[in-house]
Amino acid sequence: MRAHFVLSEIGVGLRRNLTMTFAVIVSVALSLSLLGGSLLTNQQVNSMKDFWYDRVEVSIFLCNENDAQTDPACSRGAVTEDQKEQLVAELEELELVEDVFYESADEAYEHYQTQQADSPIAAVVTPDQMQESYRVKLTDPTRYDVVSSAFAGREGVQSVQDQRSTLENLFDLLNGVNYAALGLMALMLIVALLLIVNTVRVSAFSRRRETGIMRLVGASSLYIQLPFILEAAIAGLLGALFACVLIVGVKYFAINNFLAEQIPLINFIGWDAVLSVLPLVLVVGALMPSLAAFFALRKYLRV
Amino acid sequence: MIRFDNVSKTYPRQNAPALSNVSLEVERGEFVFLVGSSGSGKSTFLRLLLREERASHGSVHVLGKDLGRLSNWKIPQMRRQLGTVFQDFRLLPNKTVGENVAFALEVIGRPRGQIRKTVPEVLELVGLGGKEERMPGELSGGEQQRVAIARAFVNRPMLLIADEPTGNLDPQTSVGIMKLLDRINRTGTTVVMATHDAQIVDQMRKRVIELERGLLVRDQARGVYGYQH
Repeated sequence: MRAHFVLSEIGVGLRRNLTMTFAVIVSVALSLSLLGGSLLTNQQVNSMKDFWYDRVEVSIFLCNENDAQTDPACSRGAVTEDQKEQLVAELEELELVEDVFYESADEAYEHYQTQQADSPIAAVVTPDQMQESYRVKLTDPTRYDVVSSAFAGREGVQSVQDQRSTLENLFDLLNGVNYAALGLMALMLIVALLLIVNTVRVSAFSRRRETGIMRLVGASSLYIQLPFILEAAIAGLLGALFACVLIVGVKYFAINNFLAEQIPLINFIGWDAVLSVLPLVLVVGALMPSLAAFFALRKYLRV
Repeated sequence: MIRFDNVSKTYPRQNAPALSNVSLEVERGEFVFLVGSSGSGKSTFLRLLLREERASHGSVHVLGKDLGRLSNWKIPQMRRQLGTVFQDFRLLPNKTVGENVAFALEVIGRPRGQIRKTVPEVLELVGLGGKEERMPGELSGGEQQRVAIARAFVNRPMLLIADEPTGNLDPQTSVGIMKLLDRINRTGTTVVMATHDAQIVDQMRKRVIELERGLLVRDQARGVYGYQH
């Protein structure tokens, strides 16, 4: 195989279809950055899940005097000391329960005041409107329903709430966005592949004289097809490189220098995660266009 | 060298066969003219030799190989032992004469040293010595056909297939091309040439195979063109 010959053929081909090559590069770059981006978002969501699910608790809110009048669950009056003792004893018997914290109405009031300091409601809320609660930490946060079914509807218990369900809404939203990005990626990739098929067709047509002679003098089909396939691979690889630059850029500028400072609560994915995605992006970027070119050649180039 | 056994070829979506039941044999070193009016099956005959098409029935043997049974990936190897020349020369206009001939060697992966040595030799042989750097567009039709013959012959093929090589040339230039093909034939290369040129066939007095509507109607040693058109 004479590398010089193949390389010069590729150069000629890429230059001859400059606009088409450019379109291929851009669409591959966009679709692959979406691919890398959604893979990383997925990792981000998973690491956030791990982080937050370790910290979520089940809250058992107890009835206060106020609830006794308004909430049907508390129709039998505010919670008594006996009921509370009973509750704690039962909670501690459960293997699932790792820890139980008690929060008094006054503590709840203070928390509320600090968290909602700017809210106009905070000014009119009084400590006796707040509820006492037990904060239960579970060894396995997914088995929230065990606690819920055991304690919801008991005398003195107003409601059992799982923080996890609140977080789940957020994660569902993030995952939804992620799937949308993947869908968009698939569309962009299809566009890129169709562009490549078209490029190969034009390219094969404009070089039919050369390929015809090559066929007649007995060049192997690999030798005839290789320039076309490498052309597609190079365009795809260039696109993939742009995608890598884009991903690294987003990580550096948008995450490290902006989001991480704005939202210190969230533990953003690190460089190792980003770097582990780049090889995949490059491989997909080189391989998919080559395959598309290969199948296009079977149709448009007689060998 | 070439053997057709009851070969028929019918193209898809066509009723009449392009070749029907043709049987013949060509020995090593022969010079054969293939004549017949347009549509008689000459082109199909040549395409079968090149394995551009497969026979619908019967078997085609070229250089000892049954082309019907030759797997696709072996075709390039088979074609390297054939040389082909066409009416329209089929040169690459953006390459020099030397590069055009070298192209045939490059694409089958011959080493550079061998190419550098062989190309001037074969150009000398076809009478174009010293014109390596010229572009095809600067040459006359006869000279361009000589370049095409050089390219076909540079691999020293066992069989040279020529499809109306003088079809675009004036009679005088044609004679030159025929002399060249005759010389190549004398080196031991078998030549099969399809032609409409009665004068040439009558002058050369070689074997003549005539096709008519796909049928082999005449196979004559030292024959003449023989029909009016």
